[in-house]
Parts: sequence; C-alpha cells; structure tokens
Amino acid sequence: MESVVGRSGLWFVLIILALAAYVGAQDPGFAAHALIIAIVAFGLMITTLAKYDPMAKAQSIFRMPEGPSRYYDDVIRWGVIATVFWGMAGLLAGLVIALQLVFPELNVEPWLNFGRLRPLHTSAVIFAFGGNALLATSFYVVQRTCRTTLAFPGLARFVFWGYQLFIVLAATGYLLGVTQSKEYAEPEWYVDLWLTIVWVAYFVVFVGTIVRRKEPHIYVANWFYLAFIITIAMLHIVNNLSMPVSLLGSRSYSVFAGVQDALTQWWYGHNAVGFFLTAGFLAMMYYFVPKQANRPVYSYRLSIIHFWSLIFLYIWAGPHHLHYTALPDWAQTLGMVFSIMLWMPSWGGMINGLMTLNGAWDKVRTDPVIRMMVLSLAFYGMSTFEGPMMSIKAVNSLSHYTDWTIGHVHSGALGWNGMITFACIYFLVPRLWKRERMYSLRMINWHFWLATLGIVFYAASMWVAGITQGLMWREYDANGYLVNSFIDTVTALKPMYMMRAFGGLLYLAGAAVLTFNVWMTIAGRLREEAPLYQAAYDAEADRPLAPQPAE
Amino acid sequence: MMANETGPGKRIDEPTGTETVGHEWDGIEELNTPLPRWWLWTFYATVAWAIAYTVFYPAWPMIDRATSGVLGWSSRGELAEDMSAADLARQDVFERIAATDIEKIASSPELQQQAIAGGAAAFQVNCVQCHGAGAAGIAGGYPNLNDDDWLWGGDLEAIENTLLHGIRWEGSDQTRLSYMPGFEGIFDEAQLDALVQHVLSLSGRAQPNASGAETYAVNCAACHQPSGEGDQIQGAPALNDAIWLYGSEAAQIRQQILYPKHGVMPGWKDRLDPATIRMLATYVHSRGGGEASPQPEEAQEEEATVAFNGQP
Repeated sequence: MESVVGRSGLWFVLIILALAAYVGAQDPGFAAHALIIAIVAFGLMITTLAKYDPMAKAQSIFRMPEGPSRYYDDVIRWGVIATVFWGMAGLLAGLVIALQLVFPELNVEPWLNFGRLRPLHTSAVIFAFGGNALLATSFYVVQRTCRTTLAFPGLARFVFWGYQLFIVLAATGYLLGVTQSKEYAEPEWYVDLWLTIVWVAYFVVFVGTIVRRKEPHIYVANWFYLAFIITIAMLHIVNNLSMPVSLLGSRSYSVFAGVQDALTQWWYGHNAVGFFLTAGFLAMMYYFVPKQANRPVYSYRLSIIHFWSLIFLYIWAGPHHLHYTALPDWAQTLGMVFSIMLWMPSWGGMINGLMTLNGAWDKVRTDPVIRMMVLSLAFYGMSTFEGPMMSIKAVNSLSHYTDWTIGHVHSGALGWNGMITFACIYFLVPRLWKRERMYSLRMINWHFWLATLGIVFYAASMWVAGITQGLMWREYDANGYLVNSFIDTVTALKPMYMMRAFGGLLYLAGAAVLTFNVWMTIAGRLREEAPLYQAAYDAEADRPLAPQPAE
Repeated sequence: MMANETGPGKRIDEPTGTETVGHEWDGIEELNTPLPRWWLWTFYATVAWAIAYTVFYPAWPMIDRATSGVLGWSSRGELAEDMSAADLARQDVFERIAATDIEKIASSPELQQQAIAGGAAAFQVNCVQCHGAGAAGIAGGYPNLNDDDWLWGGDLEAIENTLLHGIRWEGSDQTRLSYMPGFEGIFDEAQLDALVQHVLSLSGRAQPNASGAETYAVNCAACHQPSGEGDQIQGAPALNDAIWLYGSEAAQIRQQILYPKHGVMPGWKDRLDPATIRMLATYVHSRGGGEASPQPEEAQEEEATVAFNGQP
C-alpha cells in the first residue's frame, strides 16, 4: 500500500512538473512534448492508484505465454512487436516521401512536408525498427549464450519503454518542426538527454548479464553487441553536446562550430552506420545464422580478427562524407584510406556468415528464413564493397550528393538490415510465443520475393539516377560551358524516382505479409499449406527407359 | 558437459572435416578454420596501399600542420588549376565580347554563337530560378523572355541595361523604376467593374463600355496609352495583347488595379562580369522575341526599306 502511494506520488510530481513546463514553454514544440510527458505520467498514476495492471491486459491481447519461463522473455516479446510496428510505420513514411519526390503536391504543409517526413522515415527505420530489433535480440541472445537470466529485469523494462518514449518524442518533434538539423541525430537536447539515460540503463543491463554468465567465454555475438552499445553511447553524447537556448525551449546550439561541427557530425553519422547498423546487426547474424542453419560458426579466428580490425578501422572513416569540402585535405585522405582498409574487415562478417552454411547449403532451397539470411549477407557484402569504393575521391567526385548515395544506403538498409531483422523475427516469434512454427512458411517465401524484387527496383533505379545525375552535373559543352541546370537533372530523374517508389511499395508489401504472418502466429493459428520444398514426385516414372529393340 | 572448456569439447565437424574450437554456447560451436588466405592478403594489400597513399598525398597530422605528401597535391590547388585552364580557354572570347559593342556582336556569327552558348550557361545558373529553365517565365509575375512583349524594351541595349541595373532594384541608382498607384477606395464597385470590362475589351475579350472607357482615359491612359499599347519608357505593360504578367482573369485584373504588385529584378553588375552580362543579353535577345536596335537618325532612312522587308 505504501509503495502504491509512494509511486503514485512520484507520478503526480512528474505531472505537475510537466504541466509547469507546458505553461512556461518557449515554443509550441516544447509545449507539446511537455504535454505528452504529462499525459504519460497521468496514465501511469491512474493505473498505479487503481492497481490496474495494463501490462497484464496487454499481454493477454498479444497472447503472451503466462507463467515463469526459463529466461526473462517478456521484454523481448514487446521488443518484437515494437519492431514489427515501427518497421511498418517507417517503411510507410519512406514510401510517402518517395512519392513526394515524384508528386510534389503530396507535400502537406507544414507538418507532412518532405523536410519533416524525411527524418521521420530515417529515424523510424534506423532507430525505431532497427533499434527495437537490436534491443530485443540482444536481450534474447545475451541470456542464452551466457546461460543466465537478465541481470536487472526491471531496468530492462525501463530500457524498452523508455526507448519507446524517446521514439515518440523524436517523431512528434520532427512533425512539429523540432530538430537540431544533424542528420540521424535530429532530436533536440532534452530528448538526447533522455536517450542517454535510457542507453546507460541498457548498458548496465547488458553488462550485468554478461557478468552473471555461466559460460567461461563470452560469445562473439556479445562482443559485437557490447561494441555497439558502448560506441553508440560515446557517439551520441559527443555529437549532441549543445547549449539549450532556454531550459523550457526546444532550441539549442552545438558546442562545435563550422567544419569541426561537420566533422563531429559525420564521425557520428558514419559510425552510427558502423556500430548501429553493422556491428549490432552482425551480432544478430552471429547468433541467428548458426542457430537457424544448425551449423558451427565457420571460423573462430576470423571472428576475432575481423571484429577487432572492424572496430579499430571503422571509427576513423567518417571524413569520407566530407570529401571536397572545407575539411582539410589530410583529414579527407585519412577518411578515404581507412575506408579502403575497412573492406576486408567488413567482409570477414560476410564470410563467417555465408560459410557457416557449409554442410547446410541445401537449406537455401528448403528454408525461406535461411534464404533471407543468405540474401542479407550478400547485400551486406555488396554494400561494404560499394562503400569503400565510393569513398575513393575520384569516385566520390561523381557520386557525392547524388542518388547513388541513396541507392548505396538502401541496398545496405533494405538488403542487409531489413532482411536479417525479418529472418530474426521469423526465428523468434514461434519460440517466444511457444508455437510450433510460423503461421505460414509460404508467406515467408512471398515476403522474401517481394522484398528482393523491391530492393532490386530500388537499388537499380537509384544507381542509374545517381550516375545520370553525377554525369549531368559535370557535363561541359565544346565551348567550356556547363550544359545542364539543376532542374534539367530533376526532369531526367523522374522516371527513376517512380521506379524507386514502386520498389519501396513492394518492400512495404513484403513487410505487410510479415505483419500478418506474425499476427496469426501470435493468435495461435497454423496455416494448412503444402510443404514448401516438396516437388511433385512420381516413383513410377523414376526409372531408366527400357531399351528399344532394333528393327 | 562436453563443451564448456577448450580441449575436451573439441571434435571434428563431419561435413567440413574441420576441428571445432571446443566452446559451445546455446548449441553454437565454432570451427577452427584458419583465416582465408585471399582475405588476409587482400587485407594486407589494402593496408599497404593506404600507407603508400599517405606518402603521396596530404595525410599525417603533425604539430602545427599535416604532411603535404610528395606529390604536392591539394584539392584547392587542383580546383585553381582546373578553373584557370577553363578561364584561359575562354579568355579570348571573353576579351573580344568585352571589347565589342553589344549591337556589333551579331556581325560576327562565330562570336554571336559563342555569346549565345555562354549566355545560355550563365542563364541556367543565375536566371532559371525566376524565369524558368526554358526562359518561359513563371505565372504570377516572372516575365516570359521568349515572346516579343517587353516591359522595358527588348532590343539588345535595353536588355543589357536591365541585366546591369535591374528593375526597381535598390542596388543601383540607374535602375529603372515606376510604380503603378493603387486605386483602392477611388472607384465605386460599378466603376471598377466597368473599368475591368474595358481593360478586357482592349484585347477583344469583352464588349467596350462608355463608363469604363471614361475611367480608363482619365486614370490609366497616361501610362498604358489610350488603346492599351503600353509604354516601355515607363515600364507600363501593354493591355491590348494576350500576355499578362499578373493574370488575365477579371478578378486578377481587378486585384492589380486595387493593390498593384511591383516586381523587382536584381541587377547583376556587381555579381557578373560585363562580358557575361553581354552574353546573357545576346542569349535572351536570341530567344525569339528580341527587338531590333533603334537605328541612328541618319542611317534610319537608308536602311528603312531593308528593315521593313526583313519583317514578315
């Protein structure tokens, strides 16, 4: 009883503080965010007072298994649901902005214009979809490979829900025009502070669990998760160092200025790719690929060498985002050569993933989840070759600022991050909800082909668009004058933009098939369907032809 | 358990024939496969290449500056070289155009072709934002430069003058300006409607009416001229043709009478060199609607027949 009073008192104080912030807010964006906090705190206070357990209710809606399980899987189930939900939201936002580039009239001013929806798309797919996938799988993997339960289950719940609050504040902020204009780091200072608290809690849960492990060695997947958690903390804190204009306002100024600010931003931006989308997802790969293939990891030695070389080299490659800018030449050179050296360390992960299938390659034919994993590793290899290539200054002078960059990012994001995440979801859902298998394996196959076709449309159209754009920008006539104006390139790219939107639609359709499949699996249904891999077989016909007697 | 320490857990993996390391986590084992040779040597090669590259190009940060590389290359240096090479290639043309009176450029077809090419390039960088990529203007106040309707004159010299000093532009005291007065509160509704109808009638889109004609004659004809042919000296648009800067609908004409808009074009004399401006003027003039330059008094009579024969 006392704890109920104490906790509801705490929420009440929070409501008062949030309402005070709302009243004193310097701008509408900050006021809206204060109101969101007040509403969340009010909801929590009511549920505390009424002893109403919304989680139990919600858990029954999502048919989560009751009773104690061997591992603490509750927060992981929520993580999987959040991954699917934000995945759909982020991909939908992506389709909308792709269409806005073809049909400008789809810009709804001011809340839904391209400038505000674009960070909504990138943050939703990277941090909401990818981030929840990383949270969920890291909690799943660390428990199993350490043979222990999560160190601080309460803190893990805080990490999950706190992260969702971060996403909501970031997303609503973008639509309201609250941004610090740093790519992939758009949220303003107070949202950054909140994420820092959540992230430190995440670190404590993860490291605490590793400390409790019952295995003598730490599995390679956990090295990658740990590198991801620590480095993202460092990147996030340094890149977001800023001075708020007012403690009750949503504006702030970076402590860095000019080219230093740009370099810090791209040190952050590049390593968000390196440690969030590469190291974190390699961690997923290192657990789920051997599990799904039921094969040993290809090479322990390769995993050590490529881990440390990747970690050491990645952090220096950021300046390649600032080729031919005010950044001093020496820094550009170093950014470029570190990117080149990064090629093989990146490929180490692809080799270890693909070669793990040695002795199980037949599963590519029979298991659509393995097929997704192989495709994702193939795209990982392609993107991590393309990246170093684009960092070469001669190539970059053509590719920079063009849609080639967009194509490169999406072959990595849709191909590698998306496909490996989908594969993990298909692995996790039946196990977490204690189902025999996914509702439908044939739908996984449909998802695979829709997504693959979508990526092909996306990447191919953006390569063509990017190279077209780059060549048109640098085209001179015989008299030495530029041939094209910017609008000429825009007109030339329109068909490519339509193809890109079509590719995005296919990819979104694949994700919708996944959502339905997950939903039905959670509901406890099994689709009656012919097995995926059995071709028609006629034993009678399976014989050598009788020799024809000569006439 | 067999797999918890190195040693006892080791076994030969059957499909690959490789020994495992002996660890096991949740059923996952690891093979003790050596590093693929091609991988290792490619990695070494990229490292060697990277080190060599940093010898040739600016790379290593020292105490007060970075090493500049044995090639002495810098991105600014390369840009400066490219730019001066391009400038050098065009220097001759620029000098000739700068030294040639704008009306005389056409006398050398080769020079005129160069001027149009350079003007087109400069137009795409500086002018398309308002006048559109095809110079067709943008509805609502940005004039079409392809037609023969000119607010302030369409011969070469007039266009060059507009380019140099702009229209209603604060940056030049030689800018040309005129302000149509607003007529809010001057006319009653009936007068206004009649006036709009009269303006429309000038281009044959309404029936003439006496009341509107009278209002027009008193208030408008001084600038727009009695039959609406406009006046380039004052920048007063012609009202008797099908070209409308701020819209041809009755409501838009009414709006312009009550609350006239005054478009501003910046002058380019401080931002572009005289040769480029001359090339721009030549290009704009060549779009199709350029007017012939006024002839000097004595020459006019001689060439009048030629000029008129040249017109359709």
